Amino acid sequence: MIFALAIKSLRNRRFTAALTVLSIALAVVLLLGVERIRSEARESFASTISGTDLIVGARSSPVHLLLYSVFRIGNATNNVSWDSYTVLASRPEVAWTIPLSLGDSHRGFRVLGTTQDYFEHFRFARGRKLEFAEGRRFEDEHDAVLGAEVADALGYKPGQSIVIAHGAGDVSFSLHKDYPFRVVGILARTGTPVDRTVHVTLAGMDAVHTEHDEASADPLAAAMHASEEAGRRDAPGAGHAADDEHEHATGSKRAITAFLVGLTSRGAALSVQRQVNEYAGEPLTAILPGPTLQEVWDIVGAAEKTLLAVSALVVVVGLAGMLVALLTSLSERRREMAILRSVGARPVHVFGLILGEAAFLTLSGIAVGVAALYIGLLAGQPWLESRLGLLIGVGWPSAHELELMILVGAAGMLIGFIPAYRIYRYSLADGMTIRI
Amino acid sequence: MSWPRDSSALVAANARAPDPDNGVAESVVDLSGVRFSWTGAPPLVIDIKAMQVGRGERVFLRGPSGSGKSTLLSLLAGVVTPRGGSVRVLAREIGVLGSAERDRFRADHIGFIFQMFNLIPYLSVVENVSLPCGFSQRRKAHAVRAGGSVEGEAVRLLEHLDMGAADVLRRPVTELSVGQQQRVAAARALIGAPELVIADEPTSSLDADRRTAFIDLLFGECTRERATLIFVSHDATLAPLFDRNIEFAEINRGSAPERDARLSTGDRK
Repeated sequence: MIFALAIKSLRNRRFTAALTVLSIALAVVLLLGVERIRSEARESFASTISGTDLIVGARSSPVHLLLYSVFRIGNATNNVSWDSYTVLASRPEVAWTIPLSLGDSHRGFRVLGTTQDYFEHFRFARGRKLEFAEGRRFEDEHDAVLGAEVADALGYKPGQSIVIAHGAGDVSFSLHKDYPFRVVGILARTGTPVDRTVHVTLAGMDAVHTEHDEASADPLAAAMHASEEAGRRDAPGAGHAADDEHEHATGSKRAITAFLVGLTSRGAALSVQRQVNEYAGEPLTAILPGPTLQEVWDIVGAAEKTLLAVSALVVVVGLAGMLVALLTSLSERRREMAILRSVGARPVHVFGLILGEAAFLTLSGIAVGVAALYIGLLAGQPWLESRLGLLIGVGWPSAHELELMILVGAAGMLIGFIPAYRIYRYSLADGMTIRI
Repeated sequence: MSWPRDSSALVAANARAPDPDNGVAESVVDLSGVRFSWTGAPPLVIDIKAMQVGRGERVFLRGPSGSGKSTLLSLLAGVVTPRGGSVRVLAREIGVLGSAERDRFRADHIGFIFQMFNLIPYLSVVENVSLPCGFSQRRKAHAVRAGGSVEGEAVRLLEHLDMGAADVLRRPVTELSVGQQQRVAAARALIGAPELVIADEPTSSLDADRRTAFIDLLFGECTRERATLIFVSHDATLAPLFDRNIEFAEINRGSAPERDARLSTGDRK
């Protein structure tokens, strides 16, 4: 009876009620949206690499090595010589290795020179293997395999020719035009930086730069190339062991950016890590991916916690809006309460009426917010995936999201107690006669 | 200062009282030595030595605004309890009932009509009339017995009050004229056959013709439902229409002005 009255009363004040529901809904969308993106980002982040025991690169900070080798963010300050790589790769504890050679790009997407071992041993998202959506692995040094997002964004199909550029920027003046690659395969989507990578053979990468060094027909490009490489050599922290990450060449001159290592026994990880770090041939760093991923997430985590706190404050503002709407309606509704009292409503009924309204507004706000969030996720999923590389699932709410919803509902009810108590006091004092 | 009250005597009196639902009590309202002030201390708003209203009577209670009439009605309704003396309604001592019992008693046995702001704006005409049945099982049972259903009884009462046209029933209550609103309020007061109907200045917003017509309708319905009517007004011209007149100033020796009730549902300045 009282709840039915509360609903009818709200329908009578539908404009204010709709605005209140809207403000709560927006707050809920923000709160749950941030939470959803946060947890998916964390999941996606942790899924980036799996099954790799060590990552080895030139001496640098672990976070830096992880960022450039796995996330393709930033550049290596130095390379790993091919000799060191072969020495370390042939150690008995090492089951497999994947050499990574980075530095070039294709229309803003990083180009990775690697070997067949990449398709064989690279794992992501708790042990998932790379799969092909179309085509096959690279075999020839002119072959290129595209990540899913590269193919989607640029509309490439197997058979297409592409030219890679020197450096990692969106726009490059130095194109390796004399050495085009042919797309032979497109990988299935992984939700990791693999999707945004163009994969070629190490031999192909070497060939590009041999051509480049020999030809350099364009004087402007050649000048830029030279100046860029000189700058890199002069940069603070730049080592001297390799002139440039691009100085790929066959044999002992060849260098790679980093390599991933799989061990025969995971228990050997710490001892191999120590051996690499103490390697006499050149200064190298080996990292365990798990702890370093956690280290990076801890840095990002502070920002996401702030974001969550801001969303929580928006919820508080939304609920405060409801409080204001209910409180301002009270004085004009004292007559209504007096009529209800005259027909036998008890003060507790009057209390329940206002609390019921608060409950209805809050629950409607949550329901509308959740619906809007799902519509937004469905509509925004492709954009989030293509622009941020975030694969946001549109599944059932997680336990934590349900907790947040219950928390918002409980907060709404709690706030409803304020106007409900006020009207309760009024109705005790007023009875059927309103005195102000 | 407060007044002593011999509650044990009142409880005993209540225990001997016949059940109002059996309808054997002769006196519907019986006040004796009732004293009340809002602050709990003198001056008194209500100081009535004795007042009785018999079953089926139609009583006109006249007095100027602010003289304490609305406070008396609050005492009869059990919204407030006296500081001293006895307020018996349908042979039930109101002062000894708990708050919840008083609310239930009011819902079961008393129908109210106020001067204005009588209706809940977000309920339909029929829902407004049916409202008391939502709070009283007794009145709901009466209404179902009389009209087949609560809604049926509401429509029946509205038809008796010339409000039965389908378009009127469907219209939002805020679009009704003041006279129509008062008739809806009367139907609400009468639904479920309460023994006592209290009308607090119900005609002061109506012109002379409509006032007389409304009172005729109200009398007819009270007679049909065998209800006792206490009609409160400051308009002396209505007095001859009633069985009995009570000049409030003559029975009430309280001197304190009633609280400001300009927004009252029942009182008027």
